[in-house]
Amino acid sequence: MAIEVRIPTILRSYTGGAKVVEGSGDTLDDLLNDLDSRHSGLRGRLVTEAGALHRFVNVYVNDEDVRFLGALDAKLNDGDSVTILPAVAGGAFGFAAAAAMAQHVAVAPAEGRTRVTAS
Amino acid sequence: MLSIDRSIVDAIVAHARRDHPDEACGVVAGPVGSDTPTRHIPMENAARSMTFYEFDSMEHLRVWREMDDRDEEPVVIYHSHTATEAYPSRTDISFAGEPGAHYLLVSTREPDTEEIRSFRIVDGVVTEEPVRILDAGVDPHAVQSYMFGQSPATVDYECSGR
Repeated sequence: MAIEVRIPTILRSYTGGAKVVEGSGDTLDDLLNDLDSRHSGLRGRLVTEAGALHRFVNVYVNDEDVRFLGALDAKLNDGDSVTILPAVAGGAFGFAAAAAMAQHVAVAPAEGRTRVTAS
Repeated sequence: MLSIDRSIVDAIVAHARRDHPDEACGVVAGPVGSDTPTRHIPMENAARSMTFYEFDSMEHLRVWREMDDRDEEPVVIYHSHTATEAYPSRTDISFAGEPGAHYLLVSTREPDTEEIRSFRIVDGVVTEEPVRILDAGVDPHAVQSYMFGQSPATVDYECSGR
């Protein structure tokens, strides 16, 4: 089952410069695992270790934002087109707020690791 | 260096003033590989905030597809700071996801002064660059005023304002 995936410039280092790659999977989660088997590290840029899509990465199936389709559980069909775009965001945040936001984005994986170690 | 038409800069500043005190954001597209911003696309700030901006995800997809179809890329990504200087914040740096783009910042903290600066943001490293504003209006005026110039070698630009 072939699904076309459009890769943004900033992630093309994982795809050997390719703008479009193909993958397969019944859900977005499956597809990202499949892609990661050939483009190692790609999944880690999109999914936190806690297992959620990063807040500031947009993933679309055809014309829909996957946040409205069940995120990683979004169902995929042969011939679907998946587009990945890093969110365009920023602003004159104060230091504390920026730190909180950075945690929101990046610290989730670290917490995941801590939990694994503790158990 | 970022070279950009005066008319586009004026439109960006007008957008930033219009949305003040909220932050304004948008893109200037240009032909792939040209490094020339030609098509100004004001975007909605989905965050509607005085200290944060974020493209609406559906508008983002639509505009990026449209650029793809037209063989364009985002040459400039701009946003405004409404109470602070036109310099990338920590947030701007951590979210910068288009390494090929010029990140243009406009500050609207002073009502009468334009503050525009341009940066490259790659892998968390900020590099400021000069902005060259091209005044497309100069050429036609120069031809007009040429008639009033003192010699073919001298063009008196001041005559154009008469």
